[in-house]
Amino acid sequence: MLKLSGIKAGYGSMSVLQGLDLHVDKGEIVALLGSNGVGKTTLNNVISGFIRPTAGTVTFKGDVLNNRKPSEIVAMGVAHVPEGRKIFPNLSISENLKLGAFRRASSNISQNFDRVCTIFPRLKERLSQLAGTLSGGEQQMLAIGRGMMSEPELLILDEPSLGLSPIMVEEMFDLITKINADGVSVLLVEQNVMQSLGVAQRAYVIEQGRFVMQGEAATLLADPQLRQAYLGM
Amino acid sequence: MKFNSVGQIALVVAVCAYLLSVYFMASPVWMGFTINALIVAVIAQSWNITGGFGGMSSFGHAALYGTGAYASAILQVQYGVNPWLAFAIGIVAGAAMGGFIGALAFRYGLKGSYFALVTLAFAEVLRICASSFDITGGGSGLQLKLEPGIANLQFPDRTVVYTLLLVVVALVMLVTYMIKKSRFGAYLVAVRENEDAARALGIDTYKIKVQAMVISGAFGGLAGALYLQLWLFIDSTVVYGSAVSIEALIGPIIGGAGTVWGPLIGTLGLHLLGEGAKHLLPNAPGLNFVLYAIVLICAVRFLPRGLMGLAALIGTLKTRKDEDHA
Ligand SMILES: Nc1ncnc2c1ncn2[C@@H]1O[C@H](COP(=O)(O)OP(=O)(O)OP(=O)(O)O)[C@@H](O)[C@H]1O
Ligand SMILES: [Mg+2]
Repeated sequence: MLKLSGIKAGYGSMSVLQGLDLHVDKGEIVALLGSNGVGKTTLNNVISGFIRPTAGTVTFKGDVLNNRKPSEIVAMGVAHVPEGRKIFPNLSISENLKLGAFRRASSNISQNFDRVCTIFPRLKERLSQLAGTLSGGEQQMLAIGRGMMSEPELLILDEPSLGLSPIMVEEMFDLITKINADGVSVLLVEQNVMQSLGVAQRAYVIEQGRFVMQGEAATLLADPQLRQAYLGM
Repeated sequence: MKFNSVGQIALVVAVCAYLLSVYFMASPVWMGFTINALIVAVIAQSWNITGGFGGMSSFGHAALYGTGAYASAILQVQYGVNPWLAFAIGIVAGAAMGGFIGALAFRYGLKGSYFALVTLAFAEVLRICASSFDITGGGSGLQLKLEPGIANLQFPDRTVVYTLLLVVVALVMLVTYMIKKSRFGAYLVAVRENEDAARALGIDTYKIKVQAMVISGAFGGLAGALYLQLWLFIDSTVVYGSAVSIEALIGPIIGGAGTVWGPLIGTLGLHLLGEGAKHLLPNAPGLNFVLYAIVLICAVRFLPRGLMGLAALIGTLKTRKDEDHA
């Protein structure tokens, strides 16, 4: 469904991504793992159209995304939940959610709204509360729920578990599985290697803009090199 | 229109009652001064579209106002164009100027105080240009010929002028209300609240902001063209001066930025205050601006959401809170 080949990108003269090939198939959860500053967010921004790659192509269901605007890419069915809970703090939860329904027909909006409320009962209980007053974990859920409002076929999550308590992290990964079971493919960017490999079918490990490992989640989890480098065992 | 408190309803009723009572005032002073305030309310609503809903605070709305006034005046005086047509073109010229300033400023990602300064610079450049060229009448400005009559868009009867202005203000507020309720309005608020988040949702924030500037420009051009038809005379200071830009922003901030009624309420309130001061201290010209500054400081400090926000706290009605504020 999503296919990246030979992607290079950077900021000004600094190159960050050094030629990446990646694909996400329909129905999959694919994890993108790596430590700080290796280019995970940069890769997301390339897919979402915020940064133009200097080489390579991004295709989604056969359409080349390279020169598409972010708004067009969302309309094509790729939702991006950016890192750092970028919500609208002074708007209510329902207003936040409705803003996610970019370019969708009004009839679909209420349907998507119900669907998001079913997946995120915590949000449903607080629809009129201002988003800024939610707990960190709830804000992250809101950001994901808002992404779901655009009816995506592919959801890109940038470090959804960042800064959450262990229990909340569990809940977050459960939710990701639930969303995926609902028919949405997920590209999951994470530093939480253990949990991510638990829910993903496949994973890529990125270091300094290059994939150093990739494959089935189960295989990677058993890989002594990965265990050594990322799990410290 | 939905209000979420008794206080807001009371405020709106008070304003409407005042506007109605002007018809029955013995002294013509009231109507004259309210007519001026209504024109200012239009430029205030213009500012409110970008500054209030979109969070792009401009210090140079005179650029839009003056462009509407000058476009209409030049067409009428220099080219003998029909006043109605010239009036309409004045609105379009304001919209074009808004789009131009917006496209340029947002192309370079200007925000906050940088945007404010650039708009101020635009207004100043336009003011200097308007005072330098023959076509704009240079330093002496442009004077329309006095030809009362509906065909020339000149109405000698004050009551008629007042009524027409009330209709115009109502229409501008109606358009604002429709914008507020539209998807476009929601995206504009999203831009104000968190532009990065808006962009991540796929909202083309550049386009939304430029469109807001175009609408704001149309309102601003309308206000300027109205001023011209009322006074039949403009010069660069009167329509491009910074006093216009200040009046444009202060009303919405006092009344409640990002609300439909705020600009009208704030503008009327301030003008009543300024007028009162003028009567108490007749020998202090410019005193109203001193007062405005004091009120503005107090409003920013104590009324972050303006009079409408304050009124919202009084007698809150039981509505679903996710219905937004009126
Ligand atoms: N806007 C920018 N301008 C210049 N350099 C940038 C910009 N954004 C990121 N970088 C640099 O690009 C590199 C990769 O950053 P990126 O945000 O993709 O990392 P990341 O893998 O998402 O890290 P983290 O896990 O900390 O979020 C870093 O060296 C960073 O400093
Ligand atoms: Mg990152």
